[in-house]
Amino acid sequence: MAHRWTNDLSRDDVTPRSVWLNRRQILAGLAGAGAVGIGGPVAADDGLQPNTLEEIRSYNNFYEFGLGKEDPMRNAGAMVTEPWSIRVEGLVDRPGDYSLSDLTDGLTVEDRIYRFRCVEAWSMVIPWNGIELADILERVGVQEGARYVAFETVVQPEVMIGVQRRVIEFPYVEGLRIDEAMHPLTLLATGIYDEPMANQNGAPIRLVVPWKYGFKSIKSIVRISVVAEEPPTTWSRANPREYGFYANVNPQVDHPRWSQATERRIGGGLFNRRQDTLMFNGYEDEVAHLYDGMDLSRFI
Amino acid sequence: MAHAMVVRINGGLRQVPPGVIYALGVGWAGWLFWRGLTGDLGVEPINALERAYGDIAIKLMIATLAVTPLRHWTGLNLLRFRRALGLACFGFVLAHLAVWALLDVQVVSALWDDVVKRPYVTVGMLSFLLLVPLAVTSNDLSVRRMGAASWRGLHRLTYPAAVLAALHYLWIAKGFDISAILHAVVIVALLALRLRGRTRVQMAR
Repeated sequence: MAHRWTNDLSRDDVTPRSVWLNRRQILAGLAGAGAVGIGGPVAADDGLQPNTLEEIRSYNNFYEFGLGKEDPMRNAGAMVTEPWSIRVEGLVDRPGDYSLSDLTDGLTVEDRIYRFRCVEAWSMVIPWNGIELADILERVGVQEGARYVAFETVVQPEVMIGVQRRVIEFPYVEGLRIDEAMHPLTLLATGIYDEPMANQNGAPIRLVVPWKYGFKSIKSIVRISVVAEEPPTTWSRANPREYGFYANVNPQVDHPRWSQATERRIGGGLFNRRQDTLMFNGYEDEVAHLYDGMDLSRFI
Repeated sequence: MAHAMVVRINGGLRQVPPGVIYALGVGWAGWLFWRGLTGDLGVEPINALERAYGDIAIKLMIATLAVTPLRHWTGLNLLRFRRALGLACFGFVLAHLAVWALLDVQVVSALWDDVVKRPYVTVGMLSFLLLVPLAVTSNDLSVRRMGAASWRGLHRLTYPAAVLAALHYLWIAKGFDISAILHAVVIVALLALRLRGRTRVQMAR
């Protein structure tokens, strides 16, 4: 099932290691010399240059570790990710507690360079290393009658300040329709830039659904349930008026509190320009058919 | 003992010119902007700077509102600094607004859309509009021209402005944001203290 999708961003678009390691230092140096022009110094022609690893690791929403964008970077290091066990249950042929290697060994880890669009109207481009979720679902055997897949994030209260403060209801849960889960774009990612996944990015294994807002791409997964009914999801439970089950990136449907028409790509500095948000985050050709006949302003 | 200390602090404060507040405010705002420019506010400096200016503004608003109760309850006299604190607050509100308009939203039509369509922007803008006449009349000439009573009446607008600012902060929060809640609690408490003080004065008549 692997290799069902070809990157529209090539490996050449990936920032070379030496550059992503120190681009911010270069930026800071330029700014210090007063040489930063409006729009930032490093805008690729197509605007699709992946973000640096530093950017990807220092600007995160992971409310278990606090509400601030840099809180996960500061606090997530204490999360215990070894050993890691994932409970697979529900309408599957081979339920049980799987170690990470039991679940993933032998499956193809691919490089996938995806746009990542947060519901808060910022975005990144991230070179993931991951396995198609479909491959993993095939390994555990999806049964007749399965219509949804539910996911759950680990809870380690003693190291999770957001859990202690109950900033939202935990454990964080998410879900996909089975056809979304089986789609070739949908990954379970285990690395970024061929580096192991940092804790703040959802180590050791996380979902990546690039045409949906980032909060769908649940981190640090400990439970995968294949089910018949639409499962609850954290943000739609916390605020059903603002967040729905689908959360497809859609520039025409605003969040009640802000516009979704444009976004700011992280990394452009203080004079960064906004750019237009793309329907389904630029994956319209691949996924629009999944929602034929659905009113996307209603199924948010 | 405590009283003696307050007297000494008050004496010390009399040596400090209120202009220090303006210098500190401008320096602080400039330093934050420089940090944003050089990458020291993280990888998304626009949002960070916008929030930092807004956060300082609401804290200065609380400080301004606290001057009278502090004097009443502790004897600590910061009255000489109140105008400077209020104007510094307004300066940070302006900076917050400028970052929002010029660096964050960037498009004029989108600015107006936000003001009319997003309640948290609407209340933020209302709070700002209430502060404008207060900033404009924060000088000796205005106090003389308006007369003390009507000047004081006008400047009671700080309370609705502060409540709207607290609401603005609460409304952007996602999840249970203790910081936004604490700011709102302090502002409501200061307002309650003020109302209680007024009732007591009226009852004493």
